[in-house]
Amino acid sequence: MTGYVIIGNGAAAIGCIEGIRQIDRETPIAVISAEPYPAYCRPLISYALEGKADPANMNARPADFYEKNGCTVFYGKTAVRIDPDGHTVTLDDGAVLPYKKLCVAAGSSPFVPPMTGLDTVEHKYTFMTMDDMRALDRAVTPQSRVLIVGAGLIGLKCAEGLAERVKSITVCDLAPRVLSSILDDEGAALMQAKLEEHGITFCLGDTVAQFSKDHAVMKSGKTAAFDTLVLAVGVRANTALIREVGGTVNRGIVTDTRMQTSIPDICAAGDCAEGYDASAGSNRVLAILPNARIQGECAGVNMAGGDRVYDNAIPMNAIGFFGLHALCAGCSLAP
Amino acid sequence: MKRIYVNEEWCLGCHLCEYNCAFANSGKSDMASALKGRPIFPRIHIEGGDRVTYAVSCRHCTDPLCVKSCISGALSRDADGVIRIDRSRCVGCYTCVLVCPYGALSPGEDGVMQKCELCLRNATGEPACAAGCPNRAIVYEER
Repeated sequence: MTGYVIIGNGAAAIGCIEGIRQIDRETPIAVISAEPYPAYCRPLISYALEGKADPANMNARPADFYEKNGCTVFYGKTAVRIDPDGHTVTLDDGAVLPYKKLCVAAGSSPFVPPMTGLDTVEHKYTFMTMDDMRALDRAVTPQSRVLIVGAGLIGLKCAEGLAERVKSITVCDLAPRVLSSILDDEGAALMQAKLEEHGITFCLGDTVAQFSKDHAVMKSGKTAAFDTLVLAVGVRANTALIREVGGTVNRGIVTDTRMQTSIPDICAAGDCAEGYDASAGSNRVLAILPNARIQGECAGVNMAGGDRVYDNAIPMNAIGFFGLHALCAGCSLAP
Repeated sequence: MKRIYVNEEWCLGCHLCEYNCAFANSGKSDMASALKGRPIFPRIHIEGGDRVTYAVSCRHCTDPLCVKSCISGALSRDADGVIRIDRSRCVGCYTCVLVCPYGALSPGEDGVMQKCELCLRNATGEPACAAGCPNRAIVYEER
């Protein structure tokens, strides 16, 4: 029986499975999981680094979740091609999965801009996945000097996770303040001061001009010595599968308020999708977990023949460092 | 399911529900040793001002935003409809505080989030706020 296929296995995929099963208890669901793990609570990776969360207890759902929901999970596989006319998805091992309805919940990937000398850096990491966290966890020692490029949510949570474990942490960012996408100058200054209290140093309004094996020369002329480099400049929505078959893609895969893409029988949800942002009055990528979960559920309900609209999403973040918390929501900064 | 409802026209704003809640969830056997001279961390809060007061606690939503938004998988909706928190999984990120439309989650004494679980699993066995409400403003019933 041709069933549902979900590309991805994160929060949006979980939402999609739960959405489908609100309507259709029977039709099989295939889940394509690039990561070789059941869905886990991705934002916890920095807490795992810090020793405040146990990787063995980070699963997003109980162990029997997939079985109970009639899902077959293809672990360690990626989708390489969608054939919208034939209603199939081809995997990297050549397997072809037919679908009745497809949800692309492929998430996002770290964006690493071209930077001079980056290839000479031996120990460089990104910080998006369980495996990224594990690699960094193995790499650092109490003597490590860490340079983090990017003072956004990912870079700073990584810094917090490492703060008590390494000798020094320097964070640089082209923006003049930390968390520039969500905080204003005043809020950012408070957060920066809290981070500095814990020994993290900043190099803001500056960017790396040239990397060498063990130091970076900044545009300003300053140098930052390091032995471990974390690249947290930004992320890009994984849109290629839809772009390649002519679907409408902007910064993310464009959807309507029912999470339907421009291609029949294909939905998109989560960090790869550009859904409706009620605060902006237009479509935007809202790469936050609650949004992924709710978009996924909306997609799943509609894929199974239900009727669900998600038209009240807004950007929002709860972010805290060393006990100083900030909650923000909506479009607070002029574009 | 039975839920806690508040008849706001009868709520006196006396805050006794907050003390009963904190005591019921303290694990202690007498109120004085549990609460006397200490800051309390109730899971129900009196809101309002001069003209109107009402007690606010978890609504146990059928479509709970807190559960959908929890980044650590600590919040879940059980088969009995009660929204519960596994405090061992909570990392104190405050996302639930951000999304709950009622302000029903708050940090406990240890900084980990806590919420009303209807006293079903503590020694009280039923909501202590409702049982102890002097004006019967807080009720626990099926509607």
